[in-house]
Amino acid sequence: MGRYVARRLLLTIPVLIGASFLIFAMVYALPGDPIRALAGDRPLPASVQAALRAEYNLDDPLLVQYGKYVLGLVQGDFGTDFSGRPVLQTISERLPVTATLTGVAIVFEIIIGIAAGVLAGLRRGSFFDNLVLVTTTLLVSIPVLVLGFVSQYVLGVRLGVVPVAGINEGLYSYLLPGLILAAISLAYVARLTRTSLADSLRADYVRTARAKGLDRRTVVVRHTLRNSLIPVVTFIGADIGSLLGGAIITESVFNIPGLGRAVFESIQRQEGSVVVGVITLLVFFFIFFNLVVDVLYAVLDPRIRYE
Amino acid sequence: MTSPVHGSGGSHAAGTRIDDAQATASPRTGAPVLEVDDLHVEFRSRGPVVNAVNGVSYSIAPGETMAILGESGCGKSVSAQAIMGILDVPPAHITGAIRFEGRDMLQMGAEEQRKIRGPGVSMIFQDALSALNPVYSVGDQIGEMFRAHQGASKKEARDRAVELMDRVRIPAARQRVDDYPHQFSGGMRQRVMIAMALALDPKVLIADEPTTALDVTVQAQVMDLLKDLQRDTGMGLILITHDLGVVNEVADRVAVMYAGKVVETGSIDDVFTRPAHPYTRGLMSSIPVLDGKGQRLNPIVGAPPSLARIPAGCSFHPRCPMARRGDGGRPDCAGDVPPLREVAAGRRAACHYSEELLHG
Repeated sequence: MGRYVARRLLLTIPVLIGASFLIFAMVYALPGDPIRALAGDRPLPASVQAALRAEYNLDDPLLVQYGKYVLGLVQGDFGTDFSGRPVLQTISERLPVTATLTGVAIVFEIIIGIAAGVLAGLRRGSFFDNLVLVTTTLLVSIPVLVLGFVSQYVLGVRLGVVPVAGINEGLYSYLLPGLILAAISLAYVARLTRTSLADSLRADYVRTARAKGLDRRTVVVRHTLRNSLIPVVTFIGADIGSLLGGAIITESVFNIPGLGRAVFESIQRQEGSVVVGVITLLVFFFIFFNLVVDVLYAVLDPRIRYE
Repeated sequence: MTSPVHGSGGSHAAGTRIDDAQATASPRTGAPVLEVDDLHVEFRSRGPVVNAVNGVSYSIAPGETMAILGESGCGKSVSAQAIMGILDVPPAHITGAIRFEGRDMLQMGAEEQRKIRGPGVSMIFQDALSALNPVYSVGDQIGEMFRAHQGASKKEARDRAVELMDRVRIPAARQRVDDYPHQFSGGMRQRVMIAMALALDPKVLIADEPTTALDVTVQAQVMDLLKDLQRDTGMGLILITHDLGVVNEVADRVAVMYAGKVVETGSIDDVFTRPAHPYTRGLMSSIPVLDGKGQRLNPIVGAPPSLARIPAGCSFHPRCPMARRGDGGRPDCAGDVPPLREVAAGRRAACHYSEELLHG
């Protein structure tokens, strides 16, 4: 297992290099001149523009620019944005915000998604089961943007039960954004749990458990739930990475100063250093959580062994 | 060679076994431990009603081995699962009586019924790999019987699991108790199932095709083990199988099932040497003979009927070489249902023309 994890961690290096280069190239290919855009209506003197271009290596060919960026990166230098602020500082300020938002979303996803899935799966065909089916279909088919704005208007503006935007009220201000961020995944988790549970209930080993004279609670919790939650845990683990990235839309709707908004704003300003730095970091998280899932999978299912 | 346990001897004790068969039905001598009386099981899901079991009756005495023989889909397993009370999915409609030590399990509350599973009646299944939970160690799953029924501690349960694994002759039981089902061979897995089923010394063990999924050599070992364990514990054994060889070797009595009904019962020797039902005779003559090279096999023509559309009259009549029209007061095979009736001492059959088969 240790060797497997080490090998997987080593494999992340080429993936990170590839991903960062792709993003770097995409920012490079964006039309327009970032320095001129920076200046707005009043053009900067040519000398100032040239100085800025030199500072950010903007006149170099793509490969040279990327090489210089990576050279800085391995020395722990993530570069600076156009206002001279170190990218690392932006990340360290905004990562906790996005992490909190994602954390709240994961908690909603686990509690509501699994609970709804289990109850629906145990009572197939019941009113609750149908309610879950209809609700999850709705959640999956409504765009997050619509869901976000509507809930923000109804719950925040009209009813005033949650803060409309921003993060000034501590964890409370993350409730609605977290729920919206979790919405689609939550629906998938509920569906997946329901199907998986129904499959497990029909399994031969559940029949055995009943033939052993175990009580219903033991049959369901010990012999059905554990097995049926294996695919759900896998999904949730892999989803953490996607939620971190998916936070871009939610953060924009609810005006939350997280990594997603930082990327969004930097793309508009063509600030390659911020975009590449943050997205590469997100790619790393994605790979890391996938690794955690694979390890967890082996723990949950003794049939899985990595040599 | 005489067996210490009532009625579980080898084929040399054929004479006594017929008496046993009758004794189980009479209250004078030791009462049968399990009696199934006119059991019906219907599945009523969407679509046609499926009559999986249509009036099955048999009884089993302590130490006795009763084989239930029949083709796939004749209701053998369903009747066994009805006895175990594990037919919830899909919803089954069960009528009749299943008396365990004189008390009808179908009239009991769910909790009372549950407590019989394990110490009273226990069951092993055909495919041990899917019947064992893949995420718990075998020791855990065997020990669970003691934890659930006797409130044993984890350590105690594990120790007793090791003892049981020894008893079913799993080598190096102490080292293997924490292994998972997928780490065992097919034969060893079936031994784990047996150990689990026997944990609480059940009065009756139902073995549903326990050797079908195994290699021939392993089959013999597992059947020997079951016989030995039965001799030690004096439990009744209901052996569900379509393997005539296995039946011949280990069973005292046999009930032949067709389309959800028992069509013939009696001692092994009687039924095998002189079948009283054309279906049984068909089964016997379909066995390939070892030195019969170049001879054609004699299968029963046609296939068993769908349990949703069982033929009227004798359900076997469309495949029966003896089937007749009713004229001149003779029973009509396609119209009159043959009752399961006594056709000779200790034997019953459900055929209008059993006597013809028996006496020429």
